[in-house]
Amino acid sequence: MSRHSAESHPSTRLYIAVAVILAALTALEVMVFYIEALAPVLIPILLVMMAAKFALVAMFFMHLKSDGPVLTAIFAWGVFIATAIVVGLMAIFGKFGA
Amino acid sequence: MEGPTSTGIPNRKLAMWSFIGSECMLFGTLIATYMIYRGRNLVPPYPHDLLNIPFITVTTFVLLMSSLMMVLALAAVQRNDLRATKLWLGMTALFGLIFLGGQYYEFNHFVHEGLPLSRNLFSSTFFVLTGTHGAHVAGGVIWLSTLLVRAVQGKLDARHAETVEIAGLYWHFVDVVWIILFTLIYLLV
Repeated sequence: MSRHSAESHPSTRLYIAVAVILAALTALEVMVFYIEALAPVLIPILLVMMAAKFALVAMFFMHLKSDGPVLTAIFAWGVFIATAIVVGLMAIFGKFGA
Repeated sequence: MEGPTSTGIPNRKLAMWSFIGSECMLFGTLIATYMIYRGRNLVPPYPHDLLNIPFITVTTFVLLMSSLMMVLALAAVQRNDLRATKLWLGMTALFGLIFLGGQYYEFNHFVHEGLPLSRNLFSSTFFVLTGTHGAHVAGGVIWLSTLLVRAVQGKLDARHAETVEIAGLYWHFVDVVWIILFTLIYLLV
């Protein structure tokens, strides 16, 4: 057995705690969406919550927190390239302009 | 059983992570296309006329909880609990099917409201992006179903935990992609 074994994975209790946080963050996202007073800061708030949910799934459900830096680097590189594609093309097509 | 590797990471697991890394780029291009054309629709119907936030929140919740079922299936197979393995694998596949049913309903509703694939910029980019994600979910459901059949046949035990873990990695990736799509398509409309 490699060092990426079952012993290093989170407990069932932690898995359930992560799922509860994910559900709460999703509910919070939708609540924020409907609060008109938050409209000016809606984009940053939603992006932060989206990133938090993404990180929780990657770290705990996909075990990146316990599986070591090589797998994290492979995933992070893919996410970096994808983000660069999205941000770069949006900039080229003037989506960040006034 | 696979022997030791120079990285300490099982080859199949490394291959799955490399695949997931490349899939990030695929979805990156589709998301970029959607974001570029967002708000440039000249022909109705427009996204805010059709998108049903409460409904899609429920299907999003279902997909998120399917990821919990998946890790519970992995924990079960690691402790050689065949009964729990079958239960959680079956629940994961079922939740995936419920999500796909929701997506079918949504697509059908859009078409009936006058938004087929080629109607406008929103329909083209929306259907391609969410449809590609849906195809990934469908692939995951098929994969999980094959594991469930093996579990029912008694051919899935702790020695095959890595096989379940790799299927789980794919399933969680499908989940994280939807976390992004839910925010970008439905909440930042």
